[in-house]
Amino acid sequence: MLKCGLFFTSYNKEDQFFTSMFQKTCLGLFIGAMLIAPQVLDFYYISVMNLIMIAAIGAVSLNLLTGVCGQMSLGHGAFVGVGAYGCAILASKGLPFIICLLGGGAFAALAGMFFGIPSLRLKGIYLAISTLAAQMILEYVFLHWSALTGGANGMPVDPPSIMGFSFDSDEKMFYLIFGVTILCVLGISNIIRSRSGRAFIAIRDFYQSAENVGVNLFQFKLQAFATSSFIAGIAGGLWAYYTMYITPEQFSISLSISYLAMIIVGGMGSVTGAIFGAVFITLLPEVLNTTTSLLSSFAPDISSLMAPLKEGIFGLTLVLFLIFEPEGLVRKWKLIKAYWKLYPFAY
Amino acid sequence: MEYYFQLIINGLVVGSIYSLVALGFVIIYKATKVVNFAQGEMVMAGAYICFALTVQYQIPFALAFLMTLAFSVILGLVIERMILRPLIGEPIISVVMVTIGLSSILKSLVQVFWGTQIRVFPPILPQEPFILIGLPIAPVYVAAFVLCLLLFAVFSLFFKYSSIGIAMRATAFDQQAAQSMGIGIKNIFALSWCIAAVVSSIGGIILGNINGINSQLGHLGLKVFPAVILGGLDSLLGAALGGLIIGVLENVCEGVARELLNLGGFKEVASFVVLVIILMVKPYGLFGTKEIERV
Repeated sequence: MLKCGLFFTSYNKEDQFFTSMFQKTCLGLFIGAMLIAPQVLDFYYISVMNLIMIAAIGAVSLNLLTGVCGQMSLGHGAFVGVGAYGCAILASKGLPFIICLLGGGAFAALAGMFFGIPSLRLKGIYLAISTLAAQMILEYVFLHWSALTGGANGMPVDPPSIMGFSFDSDEKMFYLIFGVTILCVLGISNIIRSRSGRAFIAIRDFYQSAENVGVNLFQFKLQAFATSSFIAGIAGGLWAYYTMYITPEQFSISLSISYLAMIIVGGMGSVTGAIFGAVFITLLPEVLNTTTSLLSSFAPDISSLMAPLKEGIFGLTLVLFLIFEPEGLVRKWKLIKAYWKLYPFAY
Repeated sequence: MEYYFQLIINGLVVGSIYSLVALGFVIIYKATKVVNFAQGEMVMAGAYICFALTVQYQIPFALAFLMTLAFSVILGLVIERMILRPLIGEPIISVVMVTIGLSSILKSLVQVFWGTQIRVFPPILPQEPFILIGLPIAPVYVAAFVLCLLLFAVFSLFFKYSSIGIAMRATAFDQQAAQSMGIGIKNIFALSWCIAAVVSSIGGIILGNINGINSQLGHLGLKVFPAVILGGLDSLLGAALGGLIIGVLENVCEGVARELLNLGGFKEVASFVVLVIILMVKPYGLFGTKEIERV
């Protein structure tokens, strides 16, 4: 953990990604724990963790576009869908797993750039509404281009295999998804530290100043859309492989909204925050499931209220976070860290 | 030819409801610069309250109608006070997301109380269609259209001549200047949410009389975005025309796609294709204020 004040003695040190031995140890322990998790935990927990990791990739990618570059997108769920369908279509042609996954990402990046182009002239609410249009149009394409996507019936996807090793169980998929998640999160964190990332932040904070210091707005906004949708497409590809069956309604506007909810609940503009948000928003319905099954012995009617309750609690969470904790869970996390750093002194 | 006439007339009726919902949207946007993604759910809430009063509590329709309007006023006040006021001055994404959260809450409340199946209002107007230029038209369609025109006339006059209407326009134009002239900005904000809730409820009641209502009614709110962008986010006239144009366009596109391309469900997406084109060509719409900075 970094002490307060600046203690760097060289530029290399300041530029380091992991700043202290303590941080590296913690991360090592976390990765170790994740690696043994599938051996210890039962099936249900592994599947929930898989879903969380896929959601985390999507949330981190949306965070790059919305949190870092300031371009609000209500169409992210559709870009994830483009990745999933692209990946599934390539896989049905018999291409190997890695090419399918990257190809799905590339399709999503193209879709993101295409719908990014009109958005480059627009800001704020107009941008939100134009990405909403992207969501609606792509959803329509998924549903009605039946020859390619299977229409409302959806399309099946075989489990992935690398060099003949088939990832056909939840545990095997866990390791695959975990690996890809680490790559995506590290990739995005590094993009944010790079020249492009600083340009994105400049555009978010004030686009006119950014342009004055020589940031090409068109180029970097398009780049933000492309990178973000590429990673979203990877998430979509993993989703397709993991669920083994995709249908258009999986990538509806509610998916876009839940990604936005993740970065808001977690904390806008922070990679850690997006991951916290993904964990929180994915666990919310699961916790609710467990609670209602516990309660159903006392109140048998409660299971019929399940679906509306989920939706209502989701909305309520969003509203409460926006009103009471607009900076998200990541702020709480920082406060906890600061508390323990200074313990037992309050200041 | 007759087929297309029928499509246009249906489009005008649906479009007049879009106009009403868009009216609520524009009033909120004009006064508070808040984009309300829960407009469709406010339509739904009004429709279900009226349904509950007329069908479940057997209250005569006229009285139930007034009670629904009163309820809408309270709903608007509560939403403004509890949810929107703490967010004044927050970035656009927060305000948009809070209205999205609100829409989830309203939808879930409706589903908890009334379930998800379609509910039908008891018929209020005669069912006999009358014939206009050789086409049968249900009286409820005409009533809907006329009611919408009437409401627009009332609101245009209200904004033009009443002192509250002028205060609302002043707030919309420059909040600080309005405040320094002694206009209570907070009251104006509350009032605009009330008006929006009331017009949405009226839209919901009309819809309930035409098609019946279900818990997916909130989806209608999304249809309003093309309409208001086409008309211009801050123009009442734009909302009226935009709604009608989108309504007609949607129906005609659906008809054409079905006849010529054998493609179903084009209705859902036609207005959004138009929306993308409008945003590229004329982002401030037909009558909107040209204040967007091109980047």
